[in-house]
Amino acid sequence: MSIAVHIEELTRTFGDFVAVDHVNLSVKKGEIFGFLGPNGAGKSTTIKMLCGLLMPSSGKGSVGGYDIIKQSEEIKKTIGYMSQRFSLYDDLTVEENIDFFSGIYGVPVEKKRDRKEWVLKMAELGLRRTDLTRTLPGGVKQRLALGCAILHEPPIIFLDEPTSGVDPVSRRNFWDLIYGMSMAGTTTFVTTHYMDEAEYCDRLGLIYRGRLIAQGAPAELKADYMKRDVLEIEADRIIEAMDVLRAHDIETAIFGSSLHATLEDGDKGIPLIRDILGEARIEVNSIGKIAPSLEDVFVTLIEEA
Amino acid sequence: MKLVRIKAIAKKESIQIIRDPYSLAMAFLMPVMLLFIFGYAITLDVDNLPTVIYDRDKSSMSRDLVAQFRESHYFTIVAYADDQADIDKYIDAGKARVAISIPEDFSKNVATGSDAPIQVAVDGSDSNTATIALGYIAAISDQYSRRVGKSLAVPAIDPRVRIWYNPELKSRNFIVPGLIAVIMAIIAALLSSLTISREWERGTMEQLISTPVKPPELIIGKLSAYFVIGFIDVLMAALIGIYLFDVPLKGSPLLLMMFSSLFLFGGLGLGVFISASAKSQLLASQVSLITSYLPALLLSGFMFSIPNMPAPLQLITHIVPARYFVTMLKSVYLKGGTLKLLIFETAALAIYGVITFALANKRFRKRIE
Repeated sequence: MSIAVHIEELTRTFGDFVAVDHVNLSVKKGEIFGFLGPNGAGKSTTIKMLCGLLMPSSGKGSVGGYDIIKQSEEIKKTIGYMSQRFSLYDDLTVEENIDFFSGIYGVPVEKKRDRKEWVLKMAELGLRRTDLTRTLPGGVKQRLALGCAILHEPPIIFLDEPTSGVDPVSRRNFWDLIYGMSMAGTTTFVTTHYMDEAEYCDRLGLIYRGRLIAQGAPAELKADYMKRDVLEIEADRIIEAMDVLRAHDIETAIFGSSLHATLEDGDKGIPLIRDILGEARIEVNSIGKIAPSLEDVFVTLIEEA
Repeated sequence: MKLVRIKAIAKKESIQIIRDPYSLAMAFLMPVMLLFIFGYAITLDVDNLPTVIYDRDKSSMSRDLVAQFRESHYFTIVAYADDQADIDKYIDAGKARVAISIPEDFSKNVATGSDAPIQVAVDGSDSNTATIALGYIAAISDQYSRRVGKSLAVPAIDPRVRIWYNPELKSRNFIVPGLIAVIMAIIAALLSSLTISREWERGTMEQLISTPVKPPELIIGKLSAYFVIGFIDVLMAALIGIYLFDVPLKGSPLLLMMFSSLFLFGGLGLGVFISASAKSQLLASQVSLITSYLPALLLSGFMFSIPNMPAPLQLITHIVPARYFVTMLKSVYLKGGTLKLLIFETAALAIYGVITFALANKRFRKRIE
């Protein structure tokens, strides 16, 4: 499989601040690559360098076979980019925005109509085509922005926090769109700070304070980086139970109506926890090993970083 | 360069202008307002100067002299003073700008053919008006002397003056054409100076620079939308000038439009250059006012004659495009100037346009700095 995005030792500084610190990664063609990290970790800065919007301070990279430093204008013909901040014209109507980007991307005349109808359908805006964009709700705006960024059917798309501030149902719909395009062969590079969204990606890169601290498929990350076991405990009085376990130096957190305890060896932990809680007269309804979530992985990785 | 991209940008820009009441007001209301303010308020003609008369002679001859002043439209007699203190009172209070005092022996002196001085006091706090008033007074007295002083020797030199191009010496006839330059300069630079900085501020530029659009496409697309506005403004200003202010247009209207387009091109280029350099709208609009409006008003020869300026300022006026445009406008309006006569100015404006466009193009980066 060939490579769509490849970067080596990519670095960008703003004065003394190192926003992106010697990052290496590659994304295969057709893959959904998730770029995961807290706000300010360097996700947007990396994406802007890949799209040819920002010059790297050092390092190199290529997108669709074009050099990000010397051939940024070639890259711009190959990609679709959706920025974190809503960046369509909100004083233009839905249709006017589509027509504008259609013209800018040079969508051939014979395709224009079809592409426009496709975007309107995808964003579910068929009935609101003459509405001013500023009157649309957040989730719909995001879908329209995505639609405008891919009017020209680019082989690679970069989405910077496409679902931030969007309600859960719209987020789900949005990911369905991305899946659909991925099936059709589009490479997607997407940043997010939602852990549940990270699970949808083929591969992930975890970035923290400018440094890439891990990359791999979600399952690989869990297997490779989560050396410790996670136990799920269902018990009465879980807050009291958590306090008791913490008092015995066991890392414990509440997940919904149960507790997650993280320890080196889960098999040995089960009888230990039963003893501790029994002594405190807290009844344990069930206890068992579970697969760690990405959130568990990420928290562990950040603590080690 | 792709025409389809230029068209997309021009269309988008036009829609945005039409939907934005501020842009619309700036594009179409401001020029009309400026034209009215300048056209009515700025007149360099001296008319109806309030004048007080102190006639101590009270003869038919002195009354005849006073009548000469009264009948010219330059002076309006507001009062007749009874003594010298009265005159001071009128001048001090600003009720009169000119005081004419005729001595008791005036008619006797005129009759005997000896010198007949009259005393004139002029309020010099507005030196320009004072100088012009003195000229009128001298002319009226001179005319009077020739008529009544038969015994006076006729001067050897008798100038028969003919004033060319603006025979009535109406200042509005050269203010209105000059005004077109000032209005164009403001409109061109102010409107276009916001166009790029606005997109940076709103975040739409980030999307735009991620597309394959080329800087010249973006600039030409944006310019063409503003060019149409500027052209409508010239047309409006010319029509208001001709029909409302009675400023005759002697030359070809086509030539006027051609020269205006050339000037607009440079002015818009400057605006886009400023806009590409300053990433905030506020800064861009201030810089554009300083670099376009002020020079057009002060250094173009519109209000102040260039040959009267100190040498270093005169040199600077050569890089003020409005200077050439004002010359062209006055020539086309008042003298019926032709392209052949104005070829130097035409070339200067064309060069200026090419330079500002090239600068704007060079300055606009498809990168976040």
